[in-house]
Formats: sequence, C-alpha cells, structure tokens
Amino acid sequence: MKLSQYFLALLCPIILLSSCKKNTDEVAADTRSTFSIEFENQVNGSPLVLNTTTYKNAKGEDFKINVFKYYVSNIKLSKADGTTYLLPESYFLIDASKTESTNITLKDVPTGDYTKIEYTIGVDYARNFAGAQTGALDPINGMFWTWNSGYIFVKLEGTSPQSTATGNTITFHIGGVIDPNNTIRTFTTEINAANPLRVRTDGKPNMHFKVNAAALFTGKTDVSFAALNMTMGGANSVIVANNYANGLFRLDHIHN
Amino acid sequence: MLFLSIALMYACSKNEDEVTPEEKKITFSVPVNFPAPVYNFEDNKLSNAGFALGKKLFYEARLSADKSVSCGSCHQQFAAFTQLDHKVSHGVNNCQGKRNTPPLFNLAWQKAFFWDGGVKNIETSPLNAITDACEMGTDIQTIVAFLKNTAPYPDLFKQAYGSTEINSQLILKSITQFTAVLVSGNSKYDKVMRKESAVSFTSAELAGYNLFKEKCTSCHAEPFFTDFSYRSNGLDLVSTDEGRSHITGVASDLGKFRVPTLRNIEYTSPYMHDGRFYSLDEVLEHYNSGVKASVNLDVQLKNGIPLNTTEKVQIKAFLKTLTDNEFIKNTLYSES
Repeated sequence: MKLSQYFLALLCPIILLSSCKKNTDEVAADTRSTFSIEFENQVNGSPLVLNTTTYKNAKGEDFKINVFKYYVSNIKLSKADGTTYLLPESYFLIDASKTESTNITLKDVPTGDYTKIEYTIGVDYARNFAGAQTGALDPINGMFWTWNSGYIFVKLEGTSPQSTATGNTITFHIGGVIDPNNTIRTFTTEINAANPLRVRTDGKPNMHFKVNAAALFTGKTDVSFAALNMTMGGANSVIVANNYANGLFRLDHIHN
Repeated sequence: MLFLSIALMYACSKNEDEVTPEEKKITFSVPVNFPAPVYNFEDNKLSNAGFALGKKLFYEARLSADKSVSCGSCHQQFAAFTQLDHKVSHGVNNCQGKRNTPPLFNLAWQKAFFWDGGVKNIETSPLNAITDACEMGTDIQTIVAFLKNTAPYPDLFKQAYGSTEINSQLILKSITQFTAVLVSGNSKYDKVMRKESAVSFTSAELAGYNLFKEKCTSCHAEPFFTDFSYRSNGLDLVSTDEGRSHITGVASDLGKFRVPTLRNIEYTSPYMHDGRFYSLDEVLEHYNSGVKASVNLDVQLKNGIPLNTTEKVQIKAFLKTLTDNEFIKNTLYSES
C-alpha cells in the first residue's frame, strides 16, 4: 500500500510533465533550424568607425565613439497566428570593436514563418541579481557593475569638445532595473508578412538590423554633452534609455 | 518520500566517509534556531574539492594588484572575518578604503551585501573587493589569466569541476563554497536558545538579554541580530558617506547603512560603517547620549536609547554571549 502510494507520487509529476510537453509540441513545429541576425552599427546613417570619425548629436555637438557595446536578450518570435517562441538562454553582447559579435546565430528554432520579433535591450531583472554567470553575461566582458550589482545594458564611451568632463570624455553606462530608475526596454518590430522570417530546415535566413548609436542622444530628449556627459545608472540613464528604446534598432531587411 | 531521500543521501555520505576516512565531508549546516537560508547551493554543488579551492583563492594574495592583499587580509578568522584594529579596509599600495570591513559569517541568509546593500548575490560579492582600487585593485580578467598559468590551480579546478578550464564563474562559485559555509551558530546564546545541556545565562547576561529585547531587537533582530534593513543611527548631523542612497539614488536613503549583525561583536572592533568606535562602551554611550538629529535619523532613535551604568554592563555581558569560539577557532576555515 505504502509503496504504491510512493509510486503514484512519483508518477504524477511525470504524467504532468509529459502532458505539458505534448502541448508545446502542438504549438511548435517539430523540426528546428537556425537563423542569424546581423547588427550593422551606424551613427545617423554613416558606418560606425571607432576612435577616429567625428559625428554630430541632435544638438549639433561633435563627438567620437571609442566604445559601443550592448546586450540583446530574451529574443521572442511570433507567427501571424499569434503563437510565440521565446529562445531559451538567448543572451548576446554586441561589441562594435569585435566584428564577430555583430552577427549572432540562433539555433534550435522551430521552423515556420515569423512575422514579429522582440527582444530586451539589456538583461532581464532576474539575471541582474543571479549568481556568477558565464558566456555573454560573464563579468569579464566589462558590462557588470561590481559595487551595485547589475549589468550595464548599453555602454557608449567617447569624447566631445562640448563635454565638461576631464579629457572631454563622454561616458554613458546605461543600466539599472529598480524603479524609478529601471532601464530595461523591450524592442519590438513587425516583419512584413509578404517576406516573413522563413525558418526552414533547408533555409537559414539572416535578419539585418541597423543600429544607430546616436539614438542614445535623441528621440525623446535631446542630450547636450555640455549638460550630460556621464551617467552610470540613475535618473539620467533613464533619459537615455527612453531615447534609445525605439530609435536604436531598425529592421532593414531579411535574406530568406 | 522526503525521509527516504534524506536516508539515501545520508547513506551516500556515509559511504564516502568510509572511502576517505581521513577527510571530513564539508557540509553546510543550518542551526536549528535559524530559518531556511537564502542561498542553498542548488546551482553550486558543495564538494570538498570546491571548498578547498575556494579557501585557497580566499587566502591567495597573488590575486591582488601588488600581490599583497588577499580576501583573508581584511577578513581575518580570529576577528570573525573582519579586520582587527582597522577602521576601514586597508588595500593594495597602502590605500585606505572608506568603510569598515564587514565580518563574514551566516552570509547564506543575506539577500544583499556590503554596508549599502549594493551587491545582491553572494556569488558576485567578491567582484567588488577584487576591483576596488583601495582593496585588491585588479580585475577578474587578470585573475583568470593568472590562475590559468599558475600551478596547482588548473589541477585544483579539475578536481573541483572536472576540467582544467578556468573562468570567472567557477572562481566565484568556488569562493562561495568557502564563504557560504561560514556559519556561526554555536555561541553561548545559541546553546541557551536551543536548550543544550546545562548551558544557561548568568544573571547579568539574562538581565542584559531582557534589556536587549526591550531596547535593541527592533533593529538587531534575532537570530541574526540584524533585520538587514538600512537605517541612520545618528552618527553625524550630515553624513559624509552617502550610504544606501549611493545605490538607490533616493534622498531619503542618504546616510543610511545596513544594520550590522552583533554576532561575534566582541571580536569585530572597531564598530560602525567607518569604524569610528573602538569599544562597545563607546557604542553604547553613542546610543545613550550621542545620537544626532540627522535628516534621515531612524524614528526609534529620536530620543536615543537611555542606558544607565548597570544596564550598559548587563547589555555588554549579553553581547559577549554572541561570541562563537568554535567558529573563530575552526581550523577548517583557517589558511593552511
């Protein structure tokens, strides 16, 4: 009697688990494939060249960029019928100084036609406070604040003659996940239904995004480097996050 | 079911004990008068090799910029893993930090770390000291490279994690195997609370305990002797250290610091976030007569905590029952 109870107790979760699995299988296709995303870093339509090229912000102030890095995470794809697929463990650090990081590969994606993509610009709340991470989230990447745990979501460093900081530097480290200074922003874009992201076993499409670094400084609030040239979390980071929330990424085209 | 699995685990550990009788199995034990811990080793399976590696890293001075400072330099076991006689942390190149070194024990019950609670996970806590210019003054990248090229570390990582690969995650997890195992729960106070064989408070200690419950526990809550909140205890009219507001950016947190534990307080002098008080007498006198009307002063301290001479003696007698000599002297935690 006792033993059979234990057996039942053991069996129950197994049955539950297998029934869950069935449901997701019905939603998702049972074949999987790969697609890739290329992030083409630009500044107002010109290619981003680190250290040497001078750009202008919306206030007409000159600036150069030495560092430009950002996290893209929790990538979610939707089909026209409304079903969605969240790519598990999808954390990517795009670093303008590392060409290989600007082209990411997403594996094990259920095949199908996707008409919407969304992702977090930055890192979700939980991972900011989780234990020691590895891969894209490894603190070795210089995107983790050690004194106030959490990730830097977007990092832009450079110089501007208008900056009042020592060495005319501009330092924008955007992060923080606690209200009122929460800087987690989600980017969503529809994909033209006539040319959806077609993930096929024999087709591995490439999505091409243009990324405008100057979007940090315009959109909702035009930033003047004379007034704001350094932020590492806090209210000023929120201003910058609100700027780039919609303007940082633009889906340019898809190669199916 | 639960019983069965516990019995099985017990049997397993027994077997291991038989295989290596000379080596004591490292365990994380929760004193019966403590609640469930926050950190439970779920994603960081405790092992003897992992603990040994973490301990070695903890005492490894070559990890710092000038190879002079290890974690253990400022976290000394005989001082309950804080630094004796140092107001503030004393790091590389003789640099003086700005805050008093916190003691290290019962960290598995803590949700936030450091005086301002800026770090939210025990595993990432060492990064703060590693990178602070006035502590170890280095970075994790340099440390990974050093360990990869320094015997016997690759072998020790292999023993602990099955591969000679070394990365920041494994470094931090192994240090946590050491620091989270540091449990202090065998003070006289604990034994009295657990009604262990013939341990009882003296009349002075008991009187002190009663006074303590009346006047102190609203912040220094049992059994950790802190409620882990951030408060201003009126040390200065205007705090020169932002404290908690440095993390939250909220003005009402200016000058607030985490309520420190009072366990092992006998050994953790000097006291306060800046180590301004060298004796418990000074601390008690502060509450009796020295509390200043700082902007964010905790409302419970509006009138200080009046204490007469006898009461101070009794409270001190009680505070000394929080000393855990078994912890302080446990050779398992000592540099070897």
